[in-house]
Amino acid sequence: MSPAVLTLVLLASATYALKSAAPVVLGGRTLPTSVQQLADLTPAALLAALVVVGTFAAGESLTIDARLVGTAAAGVALWRRAPFVVVVVVACAATALARLVA
Amino acid sequence: MLNTMSDTANRSSDETSSPDEDGIRRELRRQAASIALAVAPFGIVFGVACAEAGLSPLVALGYSVFVFTGSAQFAAVDVLGDDGTVAAAVTAGVLLNLRSLAFGMVMAPALAGPWWKRAAMSQLMIDESTAVGTTRSELRWRRYGYLVAGLAVFVVWNLTTLVGVSAVSSSGDLIERTGLDAAGPAVFLALVWPRLADATQRRVALVGAVVALALVPVAPPGVPIVAAVVGVAAAKVAR
Repeated sequence: MSPAVLTLVLLASATYALKSAAPVVLGGRTLPTSVQQLADLTPAALLAALVVVGTFAAGESLTIDARLVGTAAAGVALWRRAPFVVVVVVACAATALARLVA
Repeated sequence: MLNTMSDTANRSSDETSSPDEDGIRRELRRQAASIALAVAPFGIVFGVACAEAGLSPLVALGYSVFVFTGSAQFAAVDVLGDDGTVAAAVTAGVLLNLRSLAFGMVMAPALAGPWWKRAAMSQLMIDESTAVGTTRSELRWRRYGYLVAGLAVFVVWNLTTLVGVSAVSSSGDLIERTGLDAAGPAVFLALVWPRLADATQRRVALVGAVVALALVPVAPPGVPIVAAVVGVAAAKVAR
């Protein structure tokens, strides 16, 4: 089994367990507040980590290249309250443009 | 929120059919359609990310059918594309999906029925279906909104994944020239953006970013991302 397929099988199983736990097993009961708080906060750390790694990492080193222009442009678009599609298109276009100029 | 739900449970027992029903149904369908349309570009970008990570169209579609949670699929494929391990990819995806558990608790009262029905409906437990479902307080409309939005997003998400992965699977150079490799960080930034309005969330995001950056030069790909989350979670638990 290739790593991508193995990841798919494991991630799909774990995800389904999380999705169905409350409707199938818990019914109407609730989880402790501490667990709920944790589930509420961890996505921020994960998403922020994905942003910076996706922008600066090249294998196991950090670089500054055209991707930074794209992420910065995305930030500006979000700040101007642009819709999701526009944010992604702006980021790609800015990166492509930066590569063209460089 | 949970108090409101038990109120709703009490109220829903004395519902009668009203002329407004068609109006509510139409409204929920309209919301479902627009939210499904909104995920379309994200689906294409996910397909492109799969192609970039070297996944076949069939495997990419497998992610969208069986995992069916946008950001987690994205995170896992992203880690794989950076030569991360299976463990790191799965962990990153699962950590993002912890919120599915919370959504399940919110939606559970509206998803009553035999266990196999509850089990089948659970696969649609995503941000969008929960968002549309919870715009209503009556349990049957919560259920209706959840189901129409979940199904609409499921169809659009899978179609667009296929479009994205087949459009670029053969041309690696295209990704660099069109700047498509910047789409990933832009997507994640857009997802974290609404959270940054809150001071605590902002602090957590900052710590996560710093930990991840610090670890990139010293840890194998994928590990910095997982470590950022585990670090924040550990700090939270220790306090």
